[in-house]
Amino acid sequence: MIRLLRALGRLTVDGVWQVGFATRFLFVMLRHSGPSFARFSLTIRELYFSGVLSLVIIVVSGAFVGMVLGLQGYDTLQRFGSESALGSIVALSLLRELGPVVAALLFASRAGSAVTAEIGLMKATEQLTAMDMMAVNPIARVVAPRFWGGVLSMPLLAAIFSTVGVIGGWFIGVVVIGVDNGTFWSQMANSVDFREDVMNGVVKSFVFGWAVSLIAVFQGYDCTPTAEGVSRAITKTVVYSSLTVLALDFILTSFMYIGK
Amino acid sequence: MNRAMLDLWVGAFVALGFAALMFLAMQVADVSSEGTRGATITLYARFDDIGGLKVKAPVKSAGVVVGRVTAIRFDPNVYQAEVEMRVSAAYPFPKDTIAAILTSGLLGEQYIGLAAGADVEMLEDGDRIQMTQSALVLEKLIGQFLFNQAADGGGK
Amino acid sequence: MTTHPDIAEPVVELRGVDAGYGERLILSGIDFSVRRGQLVAVMGGSGSGKTTLLRLVSGQLRARKGSVRVFGESLEKISEKELYALRRRMGMLFQFGALFTDLSVFDNVAFPLREHTDLPESMIHDLVLLKLNAVGLRGAATLMPSELSGGMARRVALARSVALDPELIMYDEPFAGLDPISLGVIGQAIRKLNDALGAASILVTHDVVESLSIVDYVYLVSEGKIVAQGTPDEIRASTDPFVHQFIHAEADGPVPFHYPAPPLAESLLESEVAR
Repeated sequence: MIRLLRALGRLTVDGVWQVGFATRFLFVMLRHSGPSFARFSLTIRELYFSGVLSLVIIVVSGAFVGMVLGLQGYDTLQRFGSESALGSIVALSLLRELGPVVAALLFASRAGSAVTAEIGLMKATEQLTAMDMMAVNPIARVVAPRFWGGVLSMPLLAAIFSTVGVIGGWFIGVVVIGVDNGTFWSQMANSVDFREDVMNGVVKSFVFGWAVSLIAVFQGYDCTPTAEGVSRAITKTVVYSSLTVLALDFILTSFMYIGK
Repeated sequence: MNRAMLDLWVGAFVALGFAALMFLAMQVADVSSEGTRGATITLYARFDDIGGLKVKAPVKSAGVVVGRVTAIRFDPNVYQAEVEMRVSAAYPFPKDTIAAILTSGLLGEQYIGLAAGADVEMLEDGDRIQMTQSALVLEKLIGQFLFNQAADGGGK
Repeated sequence: MTTHPDIAEPVVELRGVDAGYGERLILSGIDFSVRRGQLVAVMGGSGSGKTTLLRLVSGQLRARKGSVRVFGESLEKISEKELYALRRRMGMLFQFGALFTDLSVFDNVAFPLREHTDLPESMIHDLVLLKLNAVGLRGAATLMPSELSGGMARRVALARSVALDPELIMYDEPFAGLDPISLGVIGQAIRKLNDALGAASILVTHDVVESLSIVDYVYLVSEGKIVAQGTPDEIRASTDPFVHQFIHAEADGPVPFHYPAPPLAESLLESEVAR
């Protein structure tokens, strides 16, 4: 019992310590973010690695999620004779939830883990220390551009995910099943609000981008500089960012749609 | 990977991202048909009961969307709901137009239907539609039906 | 530029320094100095605090007690900016080179030049090839670090650490894991670079034979203290039992073979009782 309590206490203390350290790290990084924008080519490189290279997985998953929504949505709706609402179902679920959340989860496991691995390996092989010794701040030169690359690509990836998903849903609903094309789009346009649904989705994915990128660079920078430490840091990045994304999604959703 | 290739790919990625956002805004949310663009006039109408009508519900005439509901208030002086709607200025309606709250399908959303009258004068910005027809509330209908049945039965 | 070591100004000077991480004290009471033109070796077993000494000099670690002065400036309350200004005058070679794996050999050597100077690309090109030529790897400029052998990577890293013509060069175990030929090549390169640049160099190593043949002065570190110092000849001739054990690589002596433990018989008995 005592041991259990002690374990709980330790977990809490460590957790709070980590969060505090990550917050301090965020401020240090923001302070050293000048070069990420002054020398934008640094960030462009990271946009390529976290954005462009995530495109394939985002597009493929988006298409499948949209097609599944089309099938499931149709199956459920036709029981009530309201197949005409298929467009709204597909678009609303993608824009409000699935687009930002699934894209963020995929982003965490594709780009986030890669960033952690890269920074972790640079730390383990003393490349970060070497840079520091050359009077080049590794946070400004290595960490901050990767953070901003992630923050900037996340909303774009989420928008692409939703768009491909809507097209996937349209393909199944209209082309394969035969729901009326005009009804599909007009019902969708009627129920989707630009500010309420589209912009809130963008805000969500922006917040997720911050969270996932911060966790990824922090875990990489904070890892134990050994092969084992790096692999543990990668696991932590995926687990922590997935949990953070889901928790943040709940909080954001309750503020955006329910708390009014 | 050389610099030019990198810039090209990232440029394409960013363009694709913004194209996706545009698609979501224009095609999915259809910002342009929300009556926020183009000239509109504001009309008012009072209803005894608006049922499940919501802000942003469409205003239709002959099934075509001509505007949107922009605000719903309760007027304590007359104990009625006051609905503010914005209708495209391109479609002028006569003064004696009837506004009714209708439902699309059995379980569909509610909207305002405008049935044009025959007046020569047209509604102008800020005018009130005098003739209105409230939403049909299912419970009331059923209640009425049962009442009528009972009345009929008693008469026999 | 090369002056006689005894009258030259000290580039690095440590007086009565204590240092450590967290609650652990690694170094205590260290007095240490390096003069311009000198190549100084710091030798000792693994875990004796040699690398910690380098971290003190390079400002990665602050001293608990005593004073650390580099280029005449105290490192105790130095700001990050001032420290970076000092580090531009330093070069450091890491144990395994620490080359940037995503950059080619050429770009690795060019990195400090591009970050700290506004030289035109053509001039950087010439400077990089000169530095690579000095370590005999001009032909490898377009290779990636993953295509290099351990010895070659070390030489590229050496070229990179002297790219800005530093006045103080630090070597952290430059001989670790090298074959005898590469080892000799690196050793000669270190000596030549120091003389050519008129710099001061600190060589942290446990390779006795190679270092004694190239350095001017030796510090022997054991358990966080400096236990012996002198020129290579003095060290070789020393009768001190510790120095003797270290130089001749004997397994047992003042540095015990066994980590402190109760006698073996006792430990065996204990597990017997526990059962």
